[in-house]
Amino acid sequence: MEFQRREAPYLIPEVSVSSIMLQVLAALVPAAMAHVWFFGPGFIFNLLVAAIFAVGGEALMLGLRSRRPQTGLTDYSALVTAALFAFALPSLTPWWVTATGALFAVIVAKHLYGGLGFNIFNPAMAGYVVVLVAFPMHLNLWVAPRMGDLDYQQLTILQSLQFTLTGGLPDAISFDAISRATPLDVMKSGLNNARTSVEIRAIPIMGDFGGRGWEWIGNFLAIGGFWLMIRKIIRWQIPIGVGLGLLVPATIMYMFDPGSHASPGFHLFSGATILCAFFIATDPVSAATSPRGRLFYGIGIGVLIYCIRRWGSYSDGVAFAVLLMNMAVPMIDSLTRPHIIGHNEQDTKND
Amino acid sequence: MSAPTYDLGKLSGGLRLPGNKTESTAQAIQDVPVPAQLILPIKQHVGDAAQPVVTIGERVLKGQLVAASDGTLSAPVHASSSGTVVAIEPWPVARRNGETAPCIVIECDGLDELIDATIVHLDYKTLSPQELLAQVLQGGIVGLGGAVFPTAQKLMQARTCSIDHLILNGVECESYISCDDMLMRERAAEVISGAQILMHALQIDVCFIAVESDKPEAIRKLGEVLAQVENAHIVIKQVPTIYPSGGEDQLVQLVTNREVPSGGLPSDVGCLVQNVGTAAAIHDWIIGGQALISRITTVTGDGVNKPMNVRARIGTTIADIVEFTGGYNERAKQLIIGGPMTGNSVTSDRVPLVKATNCILVLSEMPSAGPELPCIRCGECASVCPVQLLPQQLFWYACADNEVKLREFGLIDCIECGCCDVVCPSHIPLTADFRMAKGRIRELADEKARAVRARLRFEARNDRLRRERVERESELSAQKASAKRAGPAAIAEILKRKKQDTGDSE
Repeated sequence: MEFQRREAPYLIPEVSVSSIMLQVLAALVPAAMAHVWFFGPGFIFNLLVAAIFAVGGEALMLGLRSRRPQTGLTDYSALVTAALFAFALPSLTPWWVTATGALFAVIVAKHLYGGLGFNIFNPAMAGYVVVLVAFPMHLNLWVAPRMGDLDYQQLTILQSLQFTLTGGLPDAISFDAISRATPLDVMKSGLNNARTSVEIRAIPIMGDFGGRGWEWIGNFLAIGGFWLMIRKIIRWQIPIGVGLGLLVPATIMYMFDPGSHASPGFHLFSGATILCAFFIATDPVSAATSPRGRLFYGIGIGVLIYCIRRWGSYSDGVAFAVLLMNMAVPMIDSLTRPHIIGHNEQDTKND
Repeated sequence: MSAPTYDLGKLSGGLRLPGNKTESTAQAIQDVPVPAQLILPIKQHVGDAAQPVVTIGERVLKGQLVAASDGTLSAPVHASSSGTVVAIEPWPVARRNGETAPCIVIECDGLDELIDATIVHLDYKTLSPQELLAQVLQGGIVGLGGAVFPTAQKLMQARTCSIDHLILNGVECESYISCDDMLMRERAAEVISGAQILMHALQIDVCFIAVESDKPEAIRKLGEVLAQVENAHIVIKQVPTIYPSGGEDQLVQLVTNREVPSGGLPSDVGCLVQNVGTAAAIHDWIIGGQALISRITTVTGDGVNKPMNVRARIGTTIADIVEFTGGYNERAKQLIIGGPMTGNSVTSDRVPLVKATNCILVLSEMPSAGPELPCIRCGECASVCPVQLLPQQLFWYACADNEVKLREFGLIDCIECGCCDVVCPSHIPLTADFRMAKGRIRELADEKARAVRARLRFEARNDRLRRERVERESELSAQKASAKRAGPAAIAEILKRKKQDTGDSE
């Protein structure tokens, strides 16, 4: 009898890149729904625009690089990039801003570095920083969250779509009527104007820990993140590292001077902290590889977020912190190489 | 007392594999009858091939030596039944590259006539360790866990080191394989007896029998026998069911918490590891006078009708064995000799059962794992590596053929267990890539060695030429010097002669 020949091992891997990416997308669904609830349907439009341009850019680059588009597109990595990028955007964002970021993320940050697996920088964050620098006005235009007791004027679906397509609102509605500074902006400008953090926390836009609406999206992101941890798609090192890196300096500063510093809880539940800890910093391609290295990588991101928020000119620092730590990855990897069984410490040092 | 105890050390990484063992442990070990033909490869062990000592046409008896150990690392081969030698020729064997190897082919007469026991079976306790090892050497016994290192030589090497632990490996961590489990269940007494012989040969009094926690029946049987023999020096160690805890170095780490140094042997950290099957084979030879002419093997997988464990004569073809167990079913598409993680896939079932064959695994068509994608650096491979390598980095350097980095990142330490392959979401055949990279590194090392030899030859030649030149020059200068010393007088002589000549002519 004749048989097929193969190379050992003969067990089929149960995991695949596409299943990992799909699970990451699934973990984002509750937070996405919360986003739409609190900030209106703009998120959906942003997500669609980002997805169309990210996947289009991916297909274009795969074509130009003579790769098989079906393998490149079915790994769903472009969709994950698009989704994470959409989470970083205010719900009112004109389509060309979103498109610019998505195309930059996929074409420049990902494919010019060699495509999936070879990008040094997190594509979503690279795309976000480009639009943050290129379109600062649009990126600061956050609508007020739905808050029950003190509802600001909400846009209808058509009005929101109109803004996405044209960048303008119907004449009857002014920007001021619908937009609000983000909690981080409020905190930053408040502290700069010598108000105490307790005073600032009394402003209605603030919630239990972070800003209202924002903190709920954070909760849902955390639920998704823990689900990914249980599924072993992500490990604890990076989320815990980011948390520690942010909370330890925040707690120390807050303990010494609670009046002129935001509380650790505020830092944890504001801005993109939770999104970063579970979904952005955990992008394996641009993160450190060893468990110990990942802990340091996470801590580095957390500390940088705190520094940028506290002393930088931007109110949130997630994107910059991630990109800066992306640069440090080769060094972290080489400093945190695990001990090979059977080699003594001396060998490892001499290597 | 020998109550099962838990491990002392810790295995890094590893995988919990699906067991798939109960299918083949449902019934007792069955004996495969004498086949029509026996195919005995003369090299069934690590080291040098044995040399045939029979001629074509010669009648041989069961247990008769047919190929003698040759060289410092070798093991003899015995006829596993009676019959006539009909050929000594290349035959397909279960090797990774599917090549052939020289085999002695015996046409069996079905009488299964046993040779007169030629060795005098003394009580082994009266023998010195050296005498005992000389006896073990004659039995053709090799490591039956799959590595097939000649046992006598392994023991001799160990006696040159200070060994304090004998570890019997009953871990059998690969999926599907259950031959050691069944051996321990049915022949626990022989395993313990083999352990005692080994302890006498090594003159040590600590023996651990390591058994995985998924073999409670084997642990119970071993415990019963130990209670009977009242040997407090033999202790059963229950180890967690994690692949590859049965790897030799991994087991040493697990049981004694000692790391076998890179490129070294367990004996470097005072341990000697023997498979439980090897211990039973030693008992069969030293106490029972039967050389290693049969072994227990697991026939299993979703491609056979009746999975079971069988005792078959070495040299029986896989086809004969599978037919005895009930044949293939229509799903049979892959034949693997060994386990699903490290076994060799072969194209033909004409290959013989050899001393190394612990499992005959017949699997259905493997579903496609999907295309190989680029590495996304998820690090899962590193988290399951039992040697704590960084497979993703090794893969990168293997693609780049960066020999220096491959060495630095420990490619040589890779035990090819296959764990990284199984968890890779990008479906990269890491283990196969590492095997190839190792091959290339070996080639490069050979090339380097050749280059070094050539350079040494070249330098030696240059040295010789230089020496000769220096000698010639010193000779020449010595002549010159002597000429110089003799110079003034000689010149005066010549001038005088010249003058005389001119005077004469004038």
